[in-house]
Amino acid sequence: MTTAPPVLEVRGITKRFPGVLANDNINLTLRKGQVLGLLGENGAGKSTLMNLIYGLYKPDEGEILVNGEPVEIAGSKDAIELGIGMVHQHFQLVDVLTVTENVMLGNEAVSGPFLRRDRARAEIQQLSREYGLDVDPDALISDLPVGIQQRVEIIKALYRHADILILDEPTAVLTPQETRGLFKIMRALLDKGVSIIFISHKLKEVLEICDEVVVLRRGAVAGHADPKESTEQSLASLMVGRDVILEVEKATATPGDEILNVLNLRVNDDRGLPAVEGVSFTVHRGEILGLAGVQGNGQTELVEALTGMRPVESGRFFIKGVDLTGASPRKVTERGVGHVPEDRQRDGLVSSFTVMHNLVLCTYYQAAFSQSIVVDDRAIAENARQLVQQYDVRPPIINNIAGGLSGGNQQKVIVAREFSRDTELLIAAQPTRGLDVGSIEFIHKQIIRMRDEGDGVLLVSSELDEILSLADRVAVMFEGEIIDILPIEEADRDTVGLRMAGVREAAQDGAT
Amino acid sequence: MTATSKPKTRRPSIRITRRRIIALLLILLGLFIFVEAGTLDSELVTTLTFESTSLGEEPTVGNIPVPTSPYLVVIGLLFIVSGGLNLVEWQESRPRGISLALLAICGLLFIPTVIIAAAAGNETNLTTIVAESLRLATPLAIGAFAGIWCERAGVVNIAIEGMMLFAACFGFTTLFFLRATPLPLETAQLLAVIIAVLAGGLIALLHGWLSITFRTDQIVSGTVINILAVGVTSFVRREYLLSTEAGAAKLGNIAIPILSDLPVIGEAIFTNQPIFFMMFVMLAFTHIVMFYTRWGLRTRAVGEHPHAADTLGINVNRTRWTNVFISGMIAGLAGAWFSLEATGSFNDGMTRGAGFIALAAMIFGKWTPIGAFGAALLFGFSDSLGIRLQMVGVGFPVQFLQMVPYAVTLVVLAGFIGRASPPKAVGQPYVKE
Ligand SMILES: Nc1ncnc2c1ncn2[C@@H]1O[C@H](COP(=O)(O)OP(=O)(O)O)[C@@H](O)[C@H]1O
Ligand SMILES: [Mg+2]
Repeated sequence: MTTAPPVLEVRGITKRFPGVLANDNINLTLRKGQVLGLLGENGAGKSTLMNLIYGLYKPDEGEILVNGEPVEIAGSKDAIELGIGMVHQHFQLVDVLTVTENVMLGNEAVSGPFLRRDRARAEIQQLSREYGLDVDPDALISDLPVGIQQRVEIIKALYRHADILILDEPTAVLTPQETRGLFKIMRALLDKGVSIIFISHKLKEVLEICDEVVVLRRGAVAGHADPKESTEQSLASLMVGRDVILEVEKATATPGDEILNVLNLRVNDDRGLPAVEGVSFTVHRGEILGLAGVQGNGQTELVEALTGMRPVESGRFFIKGVDLTGASPRKVTERGVGHVPEDRQRDGLVSSFTVMHNLVLCTYYQAAFSQSIVVDDRAIAENARQLVQQYDVRPPIINNIAGGLSGGNQQKVIVAREFSRDTELLIAAQPTRGLDVGSIEFIHKQIIRMRDEGDGVLLVSSELDEILSLADRVAVMFEGEIIDILPIEEADRDTVGLRMAGVREAAQDGAT
Repeated sequence: MTATSKPKTRRPSIRITRRRIIALLLILLGLFIFVEAGTLDSELVTTLTFESTSLGEEPTVGNIPVPTSPYLVVIGLLFIVSGGLNLVEWQESRPRGISLALLAICGLLFIPTVIIAAAAGNETNLTTIVAESLRLATPLAIGAFAGIWCERAGVVNIAIEGMMLFAACFGFTTLFFLRATPLPLETAQLLAVIIAVLAGGLIALLHGWLSITFRTDQIVSGTVINILAVGVTSFVRREYLLSTEAGAAKLGNIAIPILSDLPVIGEAIFTNQPIFFMMFVMLAFTHIVMFYTRWGLRTRAVGEHPHAADTLGINVNRTRWTNVFISGMIAGLAGAWFSLEATGSFNDGMTRGAGFIALAAMIFGKWTPIGAFGAALLFGFSDSLGIRLQMVGVGFPVQFLQMVPYAVTLVVLAGFIGRASPPKAVGQPYVKE
């Protein structure tokens, strides 16, 4: 295996940003036809390292070798010429252009100054066939789901004849089924001699697809691992630098009376089209109802409706028996509902406010934090100091601007605010999206704690593992409807996965 | 994949759709026309003529007498009926098709109706109205194309007004000084236009320098240029141009071979001044470059998602610089229209906000050359209507009729076209790391 010649070597690479040592003397080697896994928590420096290789940043020290030759990569143009292709963590696609236009951009097929879309289209179709990358060359990017957009990104690299492919967290946005599809494509690429750097913080995936794993921690290489001899546990410890408990520990639920009742709710999306089409369910005190489903099947709209952020078309919902259909977010909040919103930057925080003010966004007007019309900054600061300690927000400086925190710590601020209030129902949407193992572990523990203290929890997640490890009952949403609700004992990966894909009947084994 | 692919069941609630809003407006308008028609003298006749010049030296090709009041009654009824039909949400395709077709007919009849109502009892020359609208649309359309070049690359250009004013001033100053030399007039005029175009480009470089290199807010940079233009050009006029006589040497007419031999429009449209024809050249040029060439694709990518373009090896800031420069030159051409083509003189602030109306045309046209051209035409029509009505002197309040094309634009935009979405990265400087 390791006898394959190295195609890409990184030697002693260091990169500093103002106040951050993002990459610290990093060495790694990618061999021909292999997958090198790059593992690390958020902020470990993975994307920075890849951007250095792709020429978007310039290293402060160190060198890069391609096929044994030291190379100077001054911009992405140079990287492309060296056969390096990269699928960025945030897709680099122009929404208003078609697939063909996006693929050809920068390497256009032309005669004279004029575009030859037909020639580029033919080439795309050729690549589609060769690697099983099914995509309509004439579709607009904005009309495509993320899974397909990712294929377009891969085609972009192949169109430029990349034989070194960097995939920066490609599975973060995919469903389990789509991930399997991606792995199939990756294997086809490997067969053709392409070498791949695969970045992820999902341990299972890294173990499955990689030939070698390098773990980054705080900008430096924390260790190498052979996937054949590693376990999720050992990789996680290497990544975080301490032992991590991957399995969520929880006692069986002791559900109490009903806290949330949803009756035949219908909600429209931003374009006025029905997104939630007659949904009914109940959440009890002391239980976690997991709402599984592929992103975009109405979960977002459902949560927004339940928290008063979106008008309800028809149907009702009751919290502690009181009809709150159409109530304002503040009414809902005051009824004892905690909400961890899906888009934490947009709905969870005021990024330009300090941590301490973000911690009182739902309570600043109450007697504890204000006298008549003047807010009491001293009480607010005191409250913040406690919460920052208790919820392990790092750095624990309450005057920091919330927008400057890492994603995990922003989420901890939101969780601290919502969980510390006197709540009885918790609505958490994608609470750990994009977070690293350490933060996920922490937030999961908090959710379980809330349940054990008697709150009802509605947990919405497109991460199947998260649902399966936390929920006491699993509801699956598909095309605006809840197509099944299962007790956790009957909810195995395959059944729920099939429901998420819209398969209703109890399909038997072998249907995977 | 998404929930949109599924057929949706209808619910029996009244939904407020774009079409319904338009239908309501149509009914109101129809009622208004109907009532107005009743107040007119039923003997009035509007005669539509098609003469090639407003002086009427040529024999007329044909006159269409339209009895004003009955015509308006019919139109009013038509509007009310098609408005009513469009309020209904038809399930079958046949009546739905008919009501949509009626809606389209109402749209087409709209402007002729305005003309006929406005000229009630008089003759009105359609050919001149069209030719005048096109002529007055020239600086607006060219200015809008200038905006498109800039904004499609992600740089806001509210400085079109200032660029035009600079160009108008320096173009005319050049002509003024060249007239004192033995150069033939045509050469002098050509040089003057070229200087105007370059002046626009030069000012655009200032915009690029401030907003691309120094990342100054693009609105601030544009405003600075607009203020600068007013000051500098009025200074130049006071120091050098005060002695000039107005209306001197306007750009001469050009007759397009063959086309200018056509009856009526040959003279009214195809025998015209050069910048007028440049409007059509720039329309085709902008459209083809933006949508059919490599440069256009890169420009649009840079204006939408500069980082994506960067990852593909496209030099974002160089692309922006080039486009801003071209934009300035096109704005310069529009500026030359005021001093060199339309008046043959230069006056303080003579662009009178046309740069901003050009921007509005660009936005109404959704940042596309053809759309912007259409919007500019509509504005040009409104201007020419105003001028004519003031000459003819109708009993109607002129300002109201002049407002009508804008109102139509608003309704059409709000009703049919929907939200205008600018290039996503417009206004944001690009920072690499
Ligand atoms: N352009 C930048 N400017 C300043 N700091 C940055 C920049 N990009 C990344 N960083 C910092 O460098 C560190 C590594 O980030 P990144 O490479 O994105 O991590 P990862 O991809 O492993 O999650 C983080 O602390 C991040 O805040
Ligand atoms: Mg990253």
